[in-house]
Amino acid sequence: MMRPGAIWRELVKNLLRKPVTVLYPAERMAIPYAVRGKPVFEPSTCIGCMMCVRDCPSEAVKIEKLAEKTFACTFYLDRCIYCGQCAESCPRKSITMTHDYELACIDKSVLKEYKKGAPQQPK
Amino acid sequence: MSERMILPIGPQHPLLKEPTHFKFTLEGEKIVDADIRLGYNHRGIEKACEERTYLQDLYMVERICGICSFVHSTNFAQATEDILKVEIPQRAKYLRVIVGELERIHSHLLWLGVAGHEIGFDTLFMLSWRDREIVQDLLEIITGNRVNYSFNTIGGVRKDLSKEEIDQTIKGLKVLEEQTKYFADVATKETTFIGRVAGVGYLPKEVALSHCAVGPTARGSGVDIDVRRDLPYAAYGEIPFNVITSDRGDVLGRTIVRVGETLEAINIVRYAIEHLPSGPITAKVPRKVQPGEAFSRYEAPRGEAVLYARANGTEKPDRIKVRAPTLANLASVRHTLLNQTVADIPIIVAAIDPCLSCTDRTSVILKQDGSPKTEEIDWAELRKRSLISKPLK
Ligand code: SF4
Ligand code: SF4
Repeated sequence: MMRPGAIWRELVKNLLRKPVTVLYPAERMAIPYAVRGKPVFEPSTCIGCMMCVRDCPSEAVKIEKLAEKTFACTFYLDRCIYCGQCAESCPRKSITMTHDYELACIDKSVLKEYKKGAPQQPK
Repeated sequence: MSERMILPIGPQHPLLKEPTHFKFTLEGEKIVDADIRLGYNHRGIEKACEERTYLQDLYMVERICGICSFVHSTNFAQATEDILKVEIPQRAKYLRVIVGELERIHSHLLWLGVAGHEIGFDTLFMLSWRDREIVQDLLEIITGNRVNYSFNTIGGVRKDLSKEEIDQTIKGLKVLEEQTKYFADVATKETTFIGRVAGVGYLPKEVALSHCAVGPTARGSGVDIDVRRDLPYAAYGEIPFNVITSDRGDVLGRTIVRVGETLEAINIVRYAIEHLPSGPITAKVPRKVQPGEAFSRYEAPRGEAVLYARANGTEKPDRIKVRAPTLANLASVRHTLLNQTVADIPIIVAAIDPCLSCTDRTSVILKQDGSPKTEEIDWAELRKRSLISKPLK
């Protein structure tokens, strides 16, 4: 059975509805808890096991040994796919995923995050 | 007899969202023959998988398709789990069903919008894509991403569903159900829509069978196949649902099937959430996979997707082979185009919901004289021709 104008109901409803979009960046949508943004490194707990490097699908994380028990980490955020595998693979929870997703920029080279641990104080 | 003319479309053409080439032989406005050439978007994913570990491959195969990414990652995880002979926890199976069905809802609503757009019914396009945002938000809440969810892992899933997330999902599903019912009403009653798609792109049941059509394309022609029911994977064996078919065989039939399936998917998600077993979400798996091979099948939104994996005892697979549903459906497209008019091309091609980059597994280059020039290239050469020509630093 055909009926012309079956679509009208929604069209009329739309006239009274408030917009579904928001005025970004003045307003922002709430971010769900599960969203994976920029990964961050915490040097104090890293043991240099390299699990994160082994499991990263896009070769976006690099760990360097600076001194005994002191490691530096570089994230190549332009290559990172924000999968969170590094954070999951890390046995010491030295990598965590943040909610920071606004990483758009003109120059790709700034998307390199380097963080190193303070050298251990001799006891 | 009027004069014949060849109409080439593609590889780059405003009609096509992805690069592919069509060669139509026309008699006036009527299509008398059609030829499809693939291979413009071959990305070498299968080969790249051999260079990565199983865990990394999960993210690789997920990128075969941007719309049904969960299909490929689940297929890969299932095949690997099969070789490893691990049984994943019951809760993980249900969670895979939930995300898989939400993905089906999003894919079908997306298709409905595209179909509306192709026939010049852009109101439908706007409305269905607006409501698709609801399911996209749900996917983001559950998995953390709108597409390429990174939800699977070998041996289960990576993230559990919290109480609030379940509540939000149930709330979202309610709105979705109401809207999908409205779309079902539009697709089966609206004169503008039916007048344009009824009788267009007819695919008889015998042809659908002989051309090995899958998914909604086959079910829209009355072929009653569905991997979820015929060879249940994940938790589908325990969930009651109907397989929607239509005997119409035209684009309208395929629309009815897709809209009906969307409603079924909502019910499946609801059932899975209500009956979600408690327990762990991952089983422990070794990094090295013992030698063996496995074949996994999955009912993707577009039809059956298959993945073959062969392991050689190392951390990396020996061979991965993926057959995306579009490849199975493309064979029937030629038949559905015959005796139709040029103006019907967009909607007939769109009716199988083609996803061409998922389909491309090889590139064939024709020489000027038309003979194919075959050339075998090794991994180093492939890498040289790829976008990343230098090792990453
Ligand atoms: S989030 Fe994924 S891609 Fe990014 S550094 Fe971690 S493992 Fe690599
Ligand atoms: S996995 Fe964790 S502990 Fe190991 S090297 Fe990476 S950040 Fe450090």
